[in-house]
Amino acid sequence: MATATTEWVPLSRHQIAARIAQDIPEGWYVNLGIGVPTLVADNVPKEREVVFHSENGILGIGPAPEKADLDPWLINAGKEYVTLLPGGSFFHHADSFAMIRGRHLDLCVLGAYEVSSRGDLANWARSDDDTAPAVGGAMDLAVGAQRVWVAMQHVTKSGEPRIVETCRYPLTARASVTRIYTDLAVLDVTPDGLQVREMVAGLSLEALQEKTAAPLRLAADR
Amino acid sequence: MIDKLAASVAEALTGLEDGATLLLGGFGAVGQATHLIEGVIETGARDLTVVANNAGYGQVGLARLLKEGRVRKLICSYPRIAGSTIFEELYSAGGLELELVPQGTLAERMRAAGAGVPAFFTPTGADTSLARGREIRRFGNRDCVLEEALYGDVALIEAWEADRWGNLTYRAAGRNFNPVCAMAARLTIAQTQHLRRDEPLDPETIVTPGIFVDRVVHLAYGDPIT
Repeated sequence: MATATTEWVPLSRHQIAARIAQDIPEGWYVNLGIGVPTLVADNVPKEREVVFHSENGILGIGPAPEKADLDPWLINAGKEYVTLLPGGSFFHHADSFAMIRGRHLDLCVLGAYEVSSRGDLANWARSDDDTAPAVGGAMDLAVGAQRVWVAMQHVTKSGEPRIVETCRYPLTARASVTRIYTDLAVLDVTPDGLQVREMVAGLSLEALQEKTAAPLRLAADR
Repeated sequence: MIDKLAASVAEALTGLEDGATLLLGGFGAVGQATHLIEGVIETGARDLTVVANNAGYGQVGLARLLKEGRVRKLICSYPRIAGSTIFEELYSAGGLELELVPQGTLAERMRAAGAGVPAFFTPTGADTSLARGREIRRFGNRDCVLEEALYGDVALIEAWEADRWGNLTYRAAGRNFNPVCAMAARLTIAQTQHLRRDEPLDPETIVTPGIFVDRVVHLAYGDPIT
């Protein structure tokens, strides 16, 4: 007997990263934030040249080194050891952030606590009286990159929506995010609100809406 | 003959005064002038304002300076990193003033100081709590916040190679804030892994020209201290 099924499986962190990597064309200069965004680099096919930027002054970041090839002077913004690909370069912090703030990056992929239906981004502090706040390059990236995509879980661990009408967490930037990739869906932030491009197999728009605190509609061209 | 070499860390730090603003290069452990920073403890200087991307880690460098109670104020973009326990303890106990600055704004405020630009507007942070109470102006369709140049009394930086004219190169990610700090301070002191005393560096490869550097001390300690 055929019944309406609610059997759908959320994407893993690696699957979210792989889904994002599909949408990055050859030739883009891309900055990846810490967490799921960092995993995107490993999912870009080797034959597709994408240049990864790191805030601490590197273009052309490659995968993590084998132990024998580790260079203690070569770290990324997350302070992990990395490698440099052919065509890569080193530069100082003011130039590095000129690339970011001067709108030279095609894309930045960031994690987030919350994103609003207008693309407001909250990803740097959990409250106004955070005990030891840290901002790093989040605000520079959020206003400076040509495109800002967010990679995150659709809801919090306790099931609260992270996609909302108005962010409750302190803002990183207003009207910054243009696309959201979650474990459940791919959403575009448009002047007409949030549009659903994709959902995991078996998930209905109604079920996705229940987990989202802002109105959703299906993208017309999906 | 121009010779910017200092014989020791103590000699390099001569003239550092109480209440000074110190600009520190480095991103995490890489490119941090650990020996010069620890040398500040020996000078006895206190009531310092320290400008750095991170707030130190473990028990070395800036973390030691903080622990010794020499720092009144920290201007920083990302103070909380793995191992930044001394900062966290001091800050939560109210023993340290913190000015949190977006990383690109921190770099640009020092670059502006070095380039004679007293202030600039940027959209970074304009819509956030970090801009509270500050001057905002709209350029095009974006709100921008006024940011002032950040001048240092003394910059402590780390180079890979130096010559007696104070010209510097860096290694890989060790460059980071070092060239920016070098141009923003009245007195810039570099520790270098390698020294060419009389043979000049190749002018095509120099990253920081000697005009931005006052003193050089040779400390071939090897890889970054983590």
